[in-house]
Amino acid sequence: MSVHDEVPATLMGRPGGDGRFGEYGGRFVPESLVPACMELADAFESAWSDPAFRARLDGLLGSYAGRPTPVTECLRLSERLGVRVLLKREDLTHTGSHKINNVLGQALLAERMGKRRLVAETGAGQHGVASATAAALLGLECVVYMGAVDVERQSLNVFRMELLGAEVRTVLSGSRTLKDAVNEALRDWVASVETTHYCLGSVMGPHPYPYMVRQFQRVVGEEAREQCRVLLGGDDPDVVVACIGGGSNAAGTFAGFVDTRAELVGVEAAGGAALGNGLPGVVHGMRSQFLQDEAGQILEAHSISAGLDYPGIGPEHAHLAAIGRARYHAVGDAEVLDAFRLLAETEGIIPALEPAHAVAWLVRAAGSGELTPGTTVLLTMSGRGDKDVQQVKEMLG
Amino acid sequence: MSASATPPLDQPGRGHPEASGTVPGRLEAHLRSRRAAGRKLVVPYVTGGLGEDWLDVVRAVAAAGADAIEIGLPFSDPVMDGPTIQEASQRALEAGATPQGIVAALRSADVDVPIAVMTYYNIVARAGHRRMASELARCGVVAAILPDLPVDEAGPWAEAADEAGIETVMLAAPTTPDDRLEVICRRSRGFVYAVGMLGVTGERRELAASAVAIAARCKRATDLPVLVGVGVSNAEQAREICAVADGVVVGSALVRRLLEGAGPEGAGELVAALRAGVDEG
Repeated sequence: MSVHDEVPATLMGRPGGDGRFGEYGGRFVPESLVPACMELADAFESAWSDPAFRARLDGLLGSYAGRPTPVTECLRLSERLGVRVLLKREDLTHTGSHKINNVLGQALLAERMGKRRLVAETGAGQHGVASATAAALLGLECVVYMGAVDVERQSLNVFRMELLGAEVRTVLSGSRTLKDAVNEALRDWVASVETTHYCLGSVMGPHPYPYMVRQFQRVVGEEAREQCRVLLGGDDPDVVVACIGGGSNAAGTFAGFVDTRAELVGVEAAGGAALGNGLPGVVHGMRSQFLQDEAGQILEAHSISAGLDYPGIGPEHAHLAAIGRARYHAVGDAEVLDAFRLLAETEGIIPALEPAHAVAWLVRAAGSGELTPGTTVLLTMSGRGDKDVQQVKEMLG
Repeated sequence: MSASATPPLDQPGRGHPEASGTVPGRLEAHLRSRRAAGRKLVVPYVTGGLGEDWLDVVRAVAAAGADAIEIGLPFSDPVMDGPTIQEASQRALEAGATPQGIVAALRSADVDVPIAVMTYYNIVARAGHRRMASELARCGVVAAILPDLPVDEAGPWAEAADEAGIETVMLAAPTTPDDRLEVICRRSRGFVYAVGMLGVTGERRELAASAVAIAARCKRATDLPVLVGVGVSNAEQAREICAVADGVVVGSALVRRLLEGAGPEGAGELVAALRAGVDEG
């Protein structure tokens, strides 16, 4: 426990009993799933306040996942951009992204609830790989739903999941991407709820998922804040930035800084900008902002990044945007590819395409003068780019 | 915890007309009177906008002995639906169907049994509760079924629907505990939709044991008509469950035939067979 836990946090604390963040959130699921969501909410609260559970989770995060991850000061990139850039290195965790933080928590929770089967959705494959990993570690069965489009562009991750003993089911319905993988995982769970835990990968879905996943990810922000204070002589960064699909790495990062003076910035893919172009709606168990037409049909997101190819956003982000505590921007595919290269060339770090969105915004904001010279920026490098190298090679031709 | 979101009504779980202080809605009155006449209830589901002749399908199933008809307003992400209704929804949307267009078309359905719509909550939320409820009423629809709107979250819609005279049918699932079942039955209008099994809509080889169990539990909890849907696939299963339930909702078995091109005639034949099945029992 750090002294900062004493600060009363009205923001990013426990949501209302009905899982509301302001007007967003809630629990909009078929009746068959409501009792399971209630059981999960109770089990999470009980586990989260149980020192033995927390010790076991912290133990795995340390000895298995490789926490704490470092914060790296980017000297050459900083010189290039004129702002001081610090990266929170979630790319250095086991399985290569922040997703492992959440799945270790949920897998332990599933075990605690006596559920021996996990289902998960995945877009880029990072959450699928992480889920398969945690399942292997704890000896649980694991089924991962993945859209056919994503199976195609992330075939190595499919093979990784299979190596880890998971079954990958290709989803052929709808847009065949992340949104449809979530639909299919929910359909599985409706039928299997008595024996299965839905290991949801982001801060979305019905209560308690947005809250629970943020709590499992807040280790990112809490570590980063302490590390920044060491690097910045006790100060906090001016700006904290993270990419957003559903928004879990951003939520975990923001949770560590929401009660500091840092400005919080979330970066969406231009083709999946639920906050930039969305409207309030209720899908996948939550009231949030979604890309949709005037009748309420959900639109397909389009992004080079499978992990950001989602037409919605976690409800707490919708709330943080509504009250002005965080702001959200969108960047296009071309800027992202430039940023991908820039980080590789200046820092020797090949980012996943998802956090390359955050880098792209940083490049733009530094270039436009939106960030004044000397601004300190903490950027969450949520995953490594190994999975994307083949795709980027094809795109750069 | 769950119940706190729903204001307690002053009458315990049965006979909600008194509890809500209103007369039974048209769907409830219609189903009650048919039940009182000793009839088991058959409610077919038709995806709105599926094929140019979908209104003829509605008329055909009415003529074949349906006691009420559910019209699906297709949604892009139907999480409670299996492959058959997913495909039907997608086909209808690709053909340009919209919820508004389907509801408007129902004005000319010209059938003598009540029509309910079944859709997902985002369609209603996007339109706006009051606007959607009044539009449904204006077009002759009497009830709405929203499978992703559980009783804890139903308040704002259900109140707008009550005001407009639209009956909100609530769903009860095999996993629903008894105290929650009471709340659901109390808030339900028209009938109680007992979900026959854990799973999405679709045909099943056999009737699940859970169908009988949830139907019996609902019957104990309410005097409203109790209809079982999800996994009721043919006349034999319909007859079997009607030993306990007041009736059945049949969707995928009918929609599959429509996807295969059976048309209004084939749809009518299936409903006639279901009718005969439950009448025999």
